[in-house]
Amino acid sequence: MSTLKLTDCQKGKIKEICVSFHNDPGELINVLHKTQGEFGYLPEEVQREIAKNLNISVAKVCGVVTFYSFFTMTPKGKHPIAVCTGTACYVRGADKVVDELKKQLNIEVGGVTPDGEFSLDCLRCVGACGLAPVVLVGEKVFGRVEPKDVKKILDSYKE
Amino acid sequence: MEKIKLTIDNTVVEVDKGTTVYAAAKQIGINIPVLCYMRLEHMGIENKPAGCRVCVVEIEGRKNLAPSCSTECMEGMVVKTHTVRVINARKTVLELILSDHPKDCLICSKNGQCDLQTLAQTLGIREVHSVENAEVSTYRKDYSPALNRDMDKCVMCRRCEMICNKVQTVGALNAINRGFTAVVAPAFEQDLVDSPCTFCGQCVAVCPTAALTEFDDTKNVMQALADPTKTVIVQTAPAVRVALGEEFGMTPGTIVTGKLVTALRRLGFDKVFDTDFAADLTIMEEGTELLDRITRFIGGDKSVKLPILTSCCPAWVNFFEVYYPTMLDIPSTCRSPQQMFGAVAKTYYADKLGVKREDMVVVSVMPCLAKKYECDRDEFKVNGNPDVDYSISTRELANLIRAFNINFASLPDEDFDAPLGESTGAAVIFGTTGGVIEAAVRTAYEVFTGKTLAKVDFTELRGLEGIRQATIDFNGTPINIGIAHQLGNARKLLDGIRNGMYNFHAIEIMACPGGCIGGAGQPLHHGNSGIIKARHEAIYREDAGKTLRKSHENPYIQKLYSEFLGKPMGENAHHLLHTHYFDKQKI
Amino acid sequence: MGQYKMHLLVCGGTGCRASESARLVDVLGEELVKQGLEKDAQVVTTGCFGFCEKGPIVKIIPDNTFYVHVMPEDAAEIVAEHVLKGRRVARLLYQDPNSGETIEDSKHMGFYQKQLRIALRNCGFIDPECIDEYIARDGYAALGKVLTEYTPEQAIDILKKSGLRGRGGAGFPTGIKWEIAAKNAADQKYVICNADEGDPGAFMDRSISEGDPHSVLEAMAINGYCIGANKGFIYIRAEYPLAIQRLEIAIRQAREYGLLGTGILGSDFDFDVELRYGAGAFVCGEETALIHSMEGERGEPTVKPPFPAESGYLGKPSNVNNVETFANVPVIYLKGPEWFASIGNERSKGTKVFALAGKINNVGLIEVPMGITLREVIYEIGGGIKDGKKFKAVQTGGPSGGCLTEKHLDTPIDFDNLLASGSMMGSGGMIVMDEDDCMPAVAKYYLEFTVEESCGKCAPCRVGNKRLHETLEKICEGKGTEADLDYLRNLSSVIKDTSLCGLGQTSPNPVLSTLDNFWDEYVAHVTTRTCPSGRCKALLHYSIDTEKCTGCTACVRVCSTAAITGEKRQPHVIHQDKCIHCGACFDKCKFAAINVQ
Repeated sequence: MSTLKLTDCQKGKIKEICVSFHNDPGELINVLHKTQGEFGYLPEEVQREIAKNLNISVAKVCGVVTFYSFFTMTPKGKHPIAVCTGTACYVRGADKVVDELKKQLNIEVGGVTPDGEFSLDCLRCVGACGLAPVVLVGEKVFGRVEPKDVKKILDSYKE
Repeated sequence: MEKIKLTIDNTVVEVDKGTTVYAAAKQIGINIPVLCYMRLEHMGIENKPAGCRVCVVEIEGRKNLAPSCSTECMEGMVVKTHTVRVINARKTVLELILSDHPKDCLICSKNGQCDLQTLAQTLGIREVHSVENAEVSTYRKDYSPALNRDMDKCVMCRRCEMICNKVQTVGALNAINRGFTAVVAPAFEQDLVDSPCTFCGQCVAVCPTAALTEFDDTKNVMQALADPTKTVIVQTAPAVRVALGEEFGMTPGTIVTGKLVTALRRLGFDKVFDTDFAADLTIMEEGTELLDRITRFIGGDKSVKLPILTSCCPAWVNFFEVYYPTMLDIPSTCRSPQQMFGAVAKTYYADKLGVKREDMVVVSVMPCLAKKYECDRDEFKVNGNPDVDYSISTRELANLIRAFNINFASLPDEDFDAPLGESTGAAVIFGTTGGVIEAAVRTAYEVFTGKTLAKVDFTELRGLEGIRQATIDFNGTPINIGIAHQLGNARKLLDGIRNGMYNFHAIEIMACPGGCIGGAGQPLHHGNSGIIKARHEAIYREDAGKTLRKSHENPYIQKLYSEFLGKPMGENAHHLLHTHYFDKQKI
Repeated sequence: MGQYKMHLLVCGGTGCRASESARLVDVLGEELVKQGLEKDAQVVTTGCFGFCEKGPIVKIIPDNTFYVHVMPEDAAEIVAEHVLKGRRVARLLYQDPNSGETIEDSKHMGFYQKQLRIALRNCGFIDPECIDEYIARDGYAALGKVLTEYTPEQAIDILKKSGLRGRGGAGFPTGIKWEIAAKNAADQKYVICNADEGDPGAFMDRSISEGDPHSVLEAMAINGYCIGANKGFIYIRAEYPLAIQRLEIAIRQAREYGLLGTGILGSDFDFDVELRYGAGAFVCGEETALIHSMEGERGEPTVKPPFPAESGYLGKPSNVNNVETFANVPVIYLKGPEWFASIGNERSKGTKVFALAGKINNVGLIEVPMGITLREVIYEIGGGIKDGKKFKAVQTGGPSGGCLTEKHLDTPIDFDNLLASGSMMGSGGMIVMDEDDCMPAVAKYYLEFTVEESCGKCAPCRVGNKRLHETLEKICEGKGTEADLDYLRNLSSVIKDTSLCGLGQTSPNPVLSTLDNFWDEYVAHVTTRTCPSGRCKALLHYSIDTEKCTGCTACVRVCSTAAITGEKRQPHVIHQDKCIHCGACFDKCKFAAINVQ
């Protein structure tokens, strides 16, 4: 069982989101998008609350959350790093950039640094193939990244 | 009905529009192998995700092979079911499934009963190409008091998910994750006991492999039987006697009551009793409760709630505790026959024998897996000692019989022991949908009207339709009765009541398809609903053959009241035979 | 755009935005004010020019000057020189990668010369956040024409005559698709635009949604009129925030102008559009999966028939087309089906947008007439292979497609030829590979993607692709055998033949096409255990050329397993038992003394 307990205020927020989609189970994915936008991730208790509001089983909510890679059940780092591993980036060496990031951050893909500053993920093509290989830190896009650029990028986010 | 002509393996066949290629082939004696596909006729249950791809066939003009289970026949279609291409594809796909399946068939609990194993045999798989370091799906095992989940053995047929959501509307299971790691599980892969699971076990009943199985209690029973300090008595539910024979190769619907008694005696039980006795007792209590509520209701007592709902089915009890916690005052407070039996056995009967409660072991043989959960409930224990110690399924009993080298088919017929082995026809029909309420009506009618029934068969209450309703004339007072089997249908009835759609006095609900005869502890039907139908008919044959067919006529029940309980719903009865319900709402 | 003498078009697509084009727009505007030219020239943020490689791009009209890699620091010079004095800033002009020649007018750029822009007609020309600019270029005229001049049947007929086929994958004739949906009577029908572009390396749908959102809305309304639907949905990737924003603006503007909503253009036709968000599942590109996803379910496909045209969203007849297909529709009504059918070749009409990427000089989004050859695309539009390397293959159709080689260079590109060559059109990704790319490794890359994206519903895709991937991994690690190659082939064909949806039915294509076209490379991996392109690390053998080694010890210091030993200023040795083939020594050596085999 999860250890996270939602405050009444958080429950109210979830309820508000569900109501804004008329508590319609067909809008589950929209509800999840909105809620993840609010909480940063979708932990167990949040999913239970959504299930309760939409009057569907929590197993179903969990089934949907775990199906789509955009939804996450673990919090991301303060600066979420995502490397595009689309084909264009792949043939231009995205894998080497991933290796360098893993080495520098000392985490695996999908992991978060112990201080919670950075998380590392790979994602599907972001459609910026002209800039391949591409690394996103939050909303910011870095193009034509080479392994040697990694340190510089990371340093710019460190206080 | 519009007809369609097509050619399957060079044979022209005419079928109704809407027929699948699989069904059309079956009509002309071609058995296309299937794995995920399952259809229970008469029950409105069908599973066809078209996911296993074992039933593929070649259809002229189509680029790819088509799944016959979910491809509709079209006029002029030309189908080939066993070309080299089809057979290679089928075998390759099955090999893939086997490559992600444990190889412990010899010691697997489903050995000999496994659809995947049968299929591998049918298709003649002799080798599975192994890729070095090939990943195999592994998951945490989950043991509950009633059923076990070992998803390493899951083939993603999705039958359990379909039954749990579409048929039972319980929503404990759902497919989670994606791709190779996709699996059917409770939310967050938590344990079933923490989910809204009702332990109806229908997922077990339809699982083609050993991914979902019952919790095995046979070892505990064997140990008790071997312990000389214990008095071990057994009760068997009505639905067991019309199904156990199947385990030993008998035709579905064969009644084996006498052999069952003999077998139990040979296993070493000190007394062989019948849950039917407790079913008669249930009718005394529930019938009285029903009449009491109706009389008061007609008399204008506003505190009385109607309809009264039966409470014999433990999965149903779990269901309303989880999903209808605001309606806990509607169901009858009667314990189930299994628990009434246990309560009477460990008081009245133990006293008679002069045996201490702790030295008596009560075993039940049930068509059900939820009964395992039920006998484990705290409210059915006295100082931690349960009224019913172990509940084993019909299948587990068959395993015990085999383990004890008993040639079941050649056994002579014997009778149940007295006093807890005597029963009426009314008790027998508890085993099928509509039976409990018919039994209640037989007694309630006579008590209410003071007249003897001219005819005890209430055929208007019988059948296999999911939701049924009938009005019985209680000598001028019309009594409206509703019946549902399968929890999804129960939900429909309950929602209808809540919305004021129905005006019932009494409702009978059973969780499993067809009632207890289709319970999750019964011999596996492997998707053949004809088996359930045969058991249904056998139940009524057994009833018709009984001399006594009304619960209140059971002389041992009369004796029990006069010697021990007092009167129905009296203080003693209330204490031993009734229960209360809990809000177990889960998200 | 009337009152200004000059327009500075700045690309505001995702690619150029990543290179700070938004700040460039601000600075250019400020410079115009500073130099008192704000009445003469206007800065316009447009959609994608397609030439993402060279972003941020500024195009100046009317003279068609094409500036590349423009930084905010360059703004002052552009305004002072070009806007004020009419002199081009030579250093910012595009240089032909082969001739080195500076090109002043974008019309003379190889990248644009062979292109024909229909779907992308407005991208890079208009401000996508301004409906007036769309209308000024005949926007919504097709909708008006269809509503006033044609019955739905006539309108569908026109589309059928045009020969337009779906641009999302299989190339099903769009007019016929509309006709089926039109014929299925129902109280409610839906139009669905698939903008869940998922092929890695394809981004035309994103570019159109960002650069010309109204063309999609207009086409959807026409579609609604034709099939009898009054409700449309755009199912768009949540990873496309800019496209979402532009579509939201466009929908709002269209409603304000009465081009969406009730009684459109005075007719009795009602139509409105809503956005639905994808959530990162490639399989949702498959229409039944997409519909399940829209219904709030897991995006698992279901067996067809029934097709969405019979039973789609909420069980109602629905027509699903992708963004690029829709973007073609309005022009067909304005210029006529004959015009459209005159472009392309016999069975594939019109144009196709490709996302050209990989080892090629001009990376970007291009639109070419069907029937053009790969050679023209790669060498004329794409400017040839990067760094003068040798062309090896081009992968089309994304994870569902295959690799085409030298021998396919002169095959006209259309739906049927690509299919016959073991690939497919797919959504139009075109990734160019050179001699350094290892084909078994490329196949492995695609299978990794498929394994990741398989929904897990059907066994051949769920388990089969996993086994394909594991076998390819084994081969790339030098542990494969010739029997594995047979296994790959049989398994691939069974997965194609038995999978439930398009994902599994095409996922083995990268394996099969590389087996067909690069058989020798596979054989080298499993027999001599070598990787001819040197990409598979485990198969590399590093050694030191004692003639060239100066004993500088640089390699010793970078070797993480201490596999290199030797005296200072003496030739060193690599101990093969310790070498993990990481290549660090090779990268470090200044004297080219490390040999790789």
